Amino acid sequence: MTMVQVQPVLAALRKHRIATVLIALEIALACAVLCNACFLIMQRVQAMHIVSGVDEDALGTIKLDGFDPQQATDLNARVLSALRGIAGVRAATVVNAVPFSQHAGRAGVFLDADKAQFGGVVEFYLASPGSAEAFGLHLVAGRFPAQEEYARVGTFVPKDPPVVITRALAEHFWPGENPLGKTFWSGDTFRVIGVLDHLAVPEPGGGEAKDPDWSVYVPAQPGPQFAGRYLIRADPADLPGVMARARQAVRKAAPEAVLDQVQSRTIPELRHSYFLTSRVMAGLLAGVVVALLGTTALGIVGLASFWVAQRRKQIGVRRALGATSGDILRYFQIENFLIVTIGIALGMALAFGINAGLMKFYELPRLPAWYLPVGAVTLWVLGQLAVLAPALRAAAVPPVAAMRSA
Amino acid sequence: MLGYYLELALRHMRRNPMLTGLMALAIAVGIGASMTTLTVMHLLAGDPLPGRSQHLYYPQIDVSPESKGREPYDVLDYRTAVDLWSSRKADRQALIVNSPVKLEAPETTLPPLMLPMLSTTADFFPMFDVPFRYGRGWSADDDEARSRVAVISSDLNEKIFAGANSVGRTLRLRGKDVRIVGVLAPWRPSPLFYNVRGGRFSNGDTADFYSKPEDVITPLSSALEINDGNFQQFTCWSMPPTPGHLQNSPCVWVALWVQLDSAEKVTAYRRYLDDYAAQQQALGRIKLGNNNRMRSLMEWLDFNGVVPNDVKLQTLLAFAFLVICLCNVVGLLLAKFLRRGGEIGLRRALGATRRTVFAQYLVEAGVIGVVGGVGGLLLTLLGLALVRRQPVPYADFIHLDVSMFLTTFALSVGVSLLAGLLPALRASLVEPALQLKVI
Repeated sequence: MTMVQVQPVLAALRKHRIATVLIALEIALACAVLCNACFLIMQRVQAMHIVSGVDEDALGTIKLDGFDPQQATDLNARVLSALRGIAGVRAATVVNAVPFSQHAGRAGVFLDADKAQFGGVVEFYLASPGSAEAFGLHLVAGRFPAQEEYARVGTFVPKDPPVVITRALAEHFWPGENPLGKTFWSGDTFRVIGVLDHLAVPEPGGGEAKDPDWSVYVPAQPGPQFAGRYLIRADPADLPGVMARARQAVRKAAPEAVLDQVQSRTIPELRHSYFLTSRVMAGLLAGVVVALLGTTALGIVGLASFWVAQRRKQIGVRRALGATSGDILRYFQIENFLIVTIGIALGMALAFGINAGLMKFYELPRLPAWYLPVGAVTLWVLGQLAVLAPALRAAAVPPVAAMRSA
Repeated sequence: MLGYYLELALRHMRRNPMLTGLMALAIAVGIGASMTTLTVMHLLAGDPLPGRSQHLYYPQIDVSPESKGREPYDVLDYRTAVDLWSSRKADRQALIVNSPVKLEAPETTLPPLMLPMLSTTADFFPMFDVPFRYGRGWSADDDEARSRVAVISSDLNEKIFAGANSVGRTLRLRGKDVRIVGVLAPWRPSPLFYNVRGGRFSNGDTADFYSKPEDVITPLSSALEINDGNFQQFTCWSMPPTPGHLQNSPCVWVALWVQLDSAEKVTAYRRYLDDYAAQQQALGRIKLGNNNRMRSLMEWLDFNGVVPNDVKLQTLLAFAFLVICLCNVVGLLLAKFLRRGGEIGLRRALGATRRTVFAQYLVEAGVIGVVGGVGGLLLTLLGLALVRRQPVPYADFIHLDVSMFLTTFALSVGVSLLAGLLPALRASLVEPALQLKVI
């Protein structure tokens, strides 16, 4: 039945070649842009849902600048004692960075002492005793540093420190091997004593780190080169209040230092502002997708309406010759389906073309194939919905229209 | 004739307000989206110093003693930078160093602030044509004498001194008093070209190149004393012995800009750079003496890919959207024109040539374009207002300038004429006899 009806539809389309090609092109472009825009949105959303590996809801940070490095030890002591004296603070330690803040210890590392095998640019988290527990890091192998392994910082890190690295970094350095006891180099020699499931770098997605989980946890004692940023752990429910009190207490305890208002926040707040531009961009892309689908639908409605009006007389003739209103409705639905299908076929090729371009210029991964069937179904449904009103109007044309002049 | 066509076009449009509205809307939305993104592109990709940029150059020398022959570092180590600067081989030359500094205003009750400080040399102000509200920059003698002087931005002057002439007043930078010698007029180069570096390591996330200029500008020679210990390296080939104190460190952290007013001077300076590097190689301080670069300002911006990827992507999307809108309009115009086949046949039978029919329908398409253009302009203004609310460093200077205002109209009329071309051609090909028979 359907096959029989496809024939006359094709014949009619051949008569409206330009309009058919135009609408098919429009759908092709819409399909290509739709797939790629959705892919970009998914990329951003995935980046935003990164697992930081720390108990974000329970954590906040305080950052101080503008103090004299000679006074750093004294400052650390004053600030820590002020923070620990605040009701609701479970732990307060010195760190050089927290996830979603600012990078502090970025360096290229080598997997051999001769600097022949480059391991990549990684982030070093300096952390004072108790930070691993305060962060809520999860160990999957090995151990955390013992109290006596937290040593004074030299110029960058303590001399040849034992470190804990993430699983992603271990797998990158030594694929398939046991990382415990292995060493890597960057000025100092770093010996791996433990492996974490996750610890996101301070600025995930930025800089040269190829993976947002390439972090190294370095035990260190606060001192002249390691001061000014503090990690606070509190009950998640109390956290906003604790942070407000902490900012006040630090101002009083360290009047000579400048409190960084932007950075001295809870980690959920830092995370929110860190991904603000990503969120705006994802929203914008979503807006484009909606506008695109709307415009395409309007185009289909406009052209279908015109064709219905143009063919009023023929429809009347067909109706007079015995076609039911259902036949007429189906005629326009099949016509739309054919046009959209041509568009989708072109659009798929175009989608991969655009993706190839984006891969070249924006270092995006390849468009997963499953976007195409989803995009195709979306456009088929859109086409059928858009054509429904004009098709129903066509179906309502009475047989007597055949007798009236066009 | 044009008047008559216009009248006809208006009459036709009134007869079919829904369809006309739809077409104008499609053009307006397409134009609005593409002009919004194009305006942002235009403002971000433009020349930050028109008329001067072609004389400004950015010398680079591969100063690493462990160089592998790749692209040289984006900035220089202190010794190389100062050697080149003090040779005075260029018409003008300025060193650029950034560091965060603690600022107090002893004459006010303002709490201490952390601000980014620019440390440079005397030529910075005339070389980059920096506008002054009060006072002026410092002299080469001040550089020499390590004078405790500073130039401040108009924003900071507003904040501390309520916009009054503050020349001669004192600021405290990290506990040391400096005397204000100049206050800038509002100055917002886009991008902040003299700080551009490291673009190729940023994954296209380059929005920070469009930040505001620093609020405090001091002579490098005095800043090295004032802010010692707070300087940050771009990168190092081995660990600096004293963090934050970089004069003798194995680190690159100083940028050099030079002004060269003629092609001969450019050639001569390139030769000078090569000679200098070869000499340093002979001294064993650097490994490769022939891996030097000297890009012009615009080349340097291009090399760093200053326009953020997000902005380029938005522009691409907007133009894809415009093409889709265009397809829509062509389809609708085609439908609209061909529906009047009988009327066209009649006109042709009464003596209208194909050319006049073509012209008439093209005028109609153009009129729709103008209507769409007005709508597009309003949507562009709306779009730019939305961009200004985005959390991006360049939000504050996004505006529609005259050239983009005119481009909006040109683009919308151009687009609708393009869209009208095919339908008008089809209309003009209508056979009079065939149509009249039907009537």
